[in-house]
Amino acid sequence: MAQKVLMKGNEAIGEAAIHAGCQCFFGYPITPQTEVAAYMSRRMPKVGRVFLQAESEVAAINMVYGAAGAGVRVMTSSSSPGISLKAEGISYIAGAELPCVILNIVRGGPGLGGIQPAQSDYFQATKGGGHGDYKLVVLAPSSVQEMVDFVQDAFDIADKYRTPVMIMGDGMLGQMMEPVEFKERPKKELPEKTWAANGLRGREKHNVINSLFLKPEELEAHNNKLQEKYREIEKNEVRYELYNCDEEMDLVIVSYGTLARICKNAIKMLKKEGINVGLIRPITLWPYPVEAFDKVVDKTKHGFISVEMSCGQMVEDVQLAVNGRKPVHFYGRSGGMVPTPAEIANKIKGIVGGAK
Amino acid sequence: MTVVFDRPKALLDVPTHYCPGCTHGVIHRLVAEVIDELGILDKTIGVAPVGCSVLAYDYFACDMYEAAHGRAPAVATGIKRAVPDSVVFTYQGDGDLAAIGTAEIIHAAARGEKITTIFVNNAIYGMTGGQMAPTTLPGQVTETSPYGRDVKTAGYPIRVAEMISTLDGAVYVERVSVDSVPNIIKAKKAIKKAFEIQLQGLGFSLVEVLSICPTNWGLSPNESVKWLRDNMIPYYPLGVKKDATTGEVK
Amino acid sequence: MANQEIIFAGFGGQGILSMGKFLAYAGLEENLNVSWFPSYGPEMRGGTSNCSVILSDEPIGSPLVVDATTVVVMNRPSLDKFESHVVKGGLLIIDSDLVNREPERTDIEIIKIPAQRIAEEVGSKKIANMVLLGALVEKTKIVKMESLLKALKEHGKEQFYELNKKALERGAEFGR
Repeated sequence: MAQKVLMKGNEAIGEAAIHAGCQCFFGYPITPQTEVAAYMSRRMPKVGRVFLQAESEVAAINMVYGAAGAGVRVMTSSSSPGISLKAEGISYIAGAELPCVILNIVRGGPGLGGIQPAQSDYFQATKGGGHGDYKLVVLAPSSVQEMVDFVQDAFDIADKYRTPVMIMGDGMLGQMMEPVEFKERPKKELPEKTWAANGLRGREKHNVINSLFLKPEELEAHNNKLQEKYREIEKNEVRYELYNCDEEMDLVIVSYGTLARICKNAIKMLKKEGINVGLIRPITLWPYPVEAFDKVVDKTKHGFISVEMSCGQMVEDVQLAVNGRKPVHFYGRSGGMVPTPAEIANKIKGIVGGAK
Repeated sequence: MTVVFDRPKALLDVPTHYCPGCTHGVIHRLVAEVIDELGILDKTIGVAPVGCSVLAYDYFACDMYEAAHGRAPAVATGIKRAVPDSVVFTYQGDGDLAAIGTAEIIHAAARGEKITTIFVNNAIYGMTGGQMAPTTLPGQVTETSPYGRDVKTAGYPIRVAEMISTLDGAVYVERVSVDSVPNIIKAKKAIKKAFEIQLQGLGFSLVEVLSICPTNWGLSPNESVKWLRDNMIPYYPLGVKKDATTGEVK
Repeated sequence: MANQEIIFAGFGGQGILSMGKFLAYAGLEENLNVSWFPSYGPEMRGGTSNCSVILSDEPIGSPLVVDATTVVVMNRPSLDKFESHVVKGGLLIIDSDLVNREPERTDIEIIKIPAQRIAEEVGSKKIANMVLLGALVEKTKIVKMESLLKALKEHGKEQFYELNKKALERGAEFGR
């Protein structure tokens, strides 16, 4: 077993990317993810790989486009306002079907917002962000260890489906230190990148990295192909955790990331008062774990509550997944305010009617 | 029988979409001839812009990318860093390079990226139908400067070659024109030198090519060539702006 | 059940973040769940510094400590800001050389240590943080002193080890 070390999320994710074979990292400083770039600037040259600080997030994501198109594993990281700037490039990357990993250490918005932890980029990550009919696979770790584990997964998913994958954490995950272990993991069988534009080198036909299809029928065919791929991802890559969902429940919390851990503490508090609450923790925010709701919908008396560090974003997916079968409630804080377990417990008591 | 004129191997045998009289075709051919002559087709990767030459990826036989508007130098940076033994060029127009992509070209040059940029300056946005470009001349009429470019409100044209030549990372910068056979021969020489600079790993090279746009200028090709000579060359003087290999800076 | 949720607070440069880190490493040494979470952003540049450290045999929820079982303060603004965050019956450790007011709480345990003077006696004012940490570990018994020493040895600068050790021992006297 590899030894556990204490690492900041932002640094652990950099090291994990190196373990996963990331050849190039293109970044730009923005709080609270700057340590990722700083860590990569120290480590990448030491292992003979590429670190480059771009002139902007816009340039960084286009450098990713260039390197990904040439067939290497490449990553970039940023925080909310920076991801908005990258949105154009992400759309092109999705359109050109390039694999890459994008890290968003979310801070409060809109606009310049703040720098404290938030989850207010849920819509941006799962519903688009950039233009056009595309999807990002979005992984939401809830611990530094998961940040590490998900990097490898993210690169594998990206390569398997030729699609960009986002890892979305919050400022807490980026800044906190927790014990982590870099486990040696078996290499996945992945398709060869015969599409890469890295020079003909004896190949007969040139490869073109492109998202432009001027003829409507061609663009529609391309979109249909992308959609097929997304259906495939929905079939294979859904991930979630069910916590305390085995018995009949008064209510089920739906929460992801660091906040899901806080919700678990709230569940423990409530248990002492005789209130039984379960938790669905979506790990893939897209594809959304609809099947998790099917498993618990008949066991919850008062339905569901989406607990978020945003003003009500994921709750829309909860409503879609529940599809009217049970009530859906919402509790959220924003701007960098992190709910306490007691706060969440109180809100829940208000719904289920106090101790029984 | 001796073949005296043929399609360069670096160009594919496809019809282009360029307007009659447009000199993009000439510039494509010059780049392709250089790739052939240097024997680098196998390891060359080109990046097309957004603008009239957006479909350049269909015409060059090497591996190609289509970049987002203005981002070609960043894309080229990513490619070159990922595949250092490749030869990477961007082919960009004036809107792409000198307006929306100003940050990317300046920083690629400043970093001394070992890439080559072919910058086609025809003083107008061609693809969208003739709007004012950052290189549109004072007084020049376009769709978005219908009374002629008024420098009091629309500011002044950017001399890209001169601007880039101030950057230490830029090794070779020259402005050429394709208005006459002698100038076309000079243009090819400049493009070849720019690629050679990259092959030698010396740094960033850029060739600004003054080009005509008969369709959007509203002139015949012959009139266009004359307009270029009479108006563009005085504002955008031809010649080497910087050659760090000889220490020449103008 | 072992569980400590601690806030360390003071000025930048006092070793606030590092005392938290060493404690977290000591917790890791004892197979506890640990987390360390610093304040970040412009407020760091303003000179104040604080971090949340949790050591627990239960899985850790939020790494951000709001209701602290222990608060360690190394300046007056930190006392003003965090005194109210100590849970009833919790512990407040104060560097009395740097804090010029008495705490107001009466429902908590308070240890006042002239940490600057003691550190100077030991060899350097820079290790006042270790004096306070020594008292914390001795009082709460959240980790064994030897685990903390091991953490110092493995993750601290070697030339300061002996000094740090002495500072911890002197501080521990206040925790007995």
